[in-house]
Amino acid sequence: MSDVNSRVISIIVDKLGVSEDEVNNEANFTNDLGADSLDTVELIMEFEKEFNIAIPDDQAEKIQTVGDAISYIEGNTK
Amino acid sequence: MELKRVVITGLGALTPIGNTVDEYWNSLINGVSGAAPIKQFDASKFKTQFACELKNFNVEDFLDRKEARKLDQFSQYAMVSVSEAMADSGIDLEKINLERAGVIWGSGIGGLKTFQDEATNFALGDGTPRFNPFFIPKMIADIAAGHISIKYGLRGPNYVTVSACASSNNALIDACMLIQLGKSDIIVSGGSEAAVNVAGIGGFNALKALSTRNDSPETASRPFDKDRDGFVLGEGSGALILEELEHAKARGAKIYAEVIGSGLSADAYHITAPHPDGLGALSVMKQAIAEAGIKKEEVDYINVHGTSTPLGDIAETKAIKTIFGDHAYDLNISSTKSMTGHLLGAAGAIEAIACIKAIENDIVPPTINHFTDDPEIDPKLNLTFNKAQKRTVNVALSNTFGFGGHNTSVIFRKYKG
Repeated sequence: MSDVNSRVISIIVDKLGVSEDEVNNEANFTNDLGADSLDTVELIMEFEKEFNIAIPDDQAEKIQTVGDAISYIEGNTK
Repeated sequence: MELKRVVITGLGALTPIGNTVDEYWNSLINGVSGAAPIKQFDASKFKTQFACELKNFNVEDFLDRKEARKLDQFSQYAMVSVSEAMADSGIDLEKINLERAGVIWGSGIGGLKTFQDEATNFALGDGTPRFNPFFIPKMIADIAAGHISIKYGLRGPNYVTVSACASSNNALIDACMLIQLGKSDIIVSGGSEAAVNVAGIGGFNALKALSTRNDSPETASRPFDKDRDGFVLGEGSGALILEELEHAKARGAKIYAEVIGSGLSADAYHITAPHPDGLGALSVMKQAIAEAGIKKEEVDYINVHGTSTPLGDIAETKAIKTIFGDHAYDLNISSTKSMTGHLLGAAGAIEAIACIKAIENDIVPPTINHFTDDPEIDPKLNLTFNKAQKRTVNVALSNTFGFGGHNTSVIFRKYKG
């Protein structure tokens, strides 16, 4: 597992209070992991802080699954 | 229109001297102090380094981690005490009309720690705003009532009263009036506060409101003692289920006591100092006795606001003497803040519970930490110093007063069917 993967998963486990088994690439934050609209805003902010990136709102809206988050972060960090 | 009668059918308490109503009451009648050096933050540079904090309280014993994380402490405390009160009341949520069940909560400040943390984070950053999306909904004082309604599905009247240290008495009074007027059958009421943090201690220290007796925290809250030097900050929550009498009887509820009168007033004098003659305190006690339709001689016990500040304690005893005349000497008077510290917006709620348990058990909890008489306080008053006293308590009156000059008084009576 890549470093990005494990850091993303650990943020999701912490913020959404889910178990690590549930956090697979296809898992949708809202439908599968029980996040509400405020939770998803908080997750995006945590990703920004953890990876020192800025995710514009129009991009943030497209990040709906764990896999979306990992690929966005991998594509936007040096 | 004939007003409905209102009774208390459930209690919950999370206090510095007990995490349930039973523990709280046992500590009250045994004169236990809740004061100790502050654990929640490093207070070594503060003028006051102690407070009445909760003991052995782990929120995750009550709420799951995800739920707890979205609540400021003052809302967490609310959820815990309400859970005890709901269970105590025996209310079956499937059998009541949820449209007629409301929540009127009290908090003096709301989510102070949340505000402090978010402002600190911003100040430590480079100016880019990175506020948490839960910042506002955690901080706002009304959110406790919102969370309680969401958890239990209560769709009746819902709001939080904010009147500093009078907040939860205001909540109880509003709750009572809503039921008296027929707008609700059941109201979950009470209050919670969580201000033992940098901003809370620092802010009250700047006002010179807190005791600075750092070498002896447990004797610092000493209402009516000559050497009192300010209040001791407390935290926690009290919850009371108020219910329309016939509704309570119909479901066979245990009835603790009846709420028979209340008073509301303002000093219109100064933001933090009480009126020197206790005019506002006088007015609320008079109103409450008149509304209750009782003779003043029927009042057995007054749980005073008595915060252990130099001015406040004198003004309140003056007011009691003015109203009650000779009966002032027959009354039992006590300040349970000598044990719990001052829970600000939750004070009225936990002191209402003290009154109701006094009525239930015919025991008056003491004012602990009395060492030296204050020449400005009449020594003939029975301030229930140091030890609980046995006494038939049919009627108990509870005062709370808040910064801003808010005054409230509520009267409870033993329910005799």
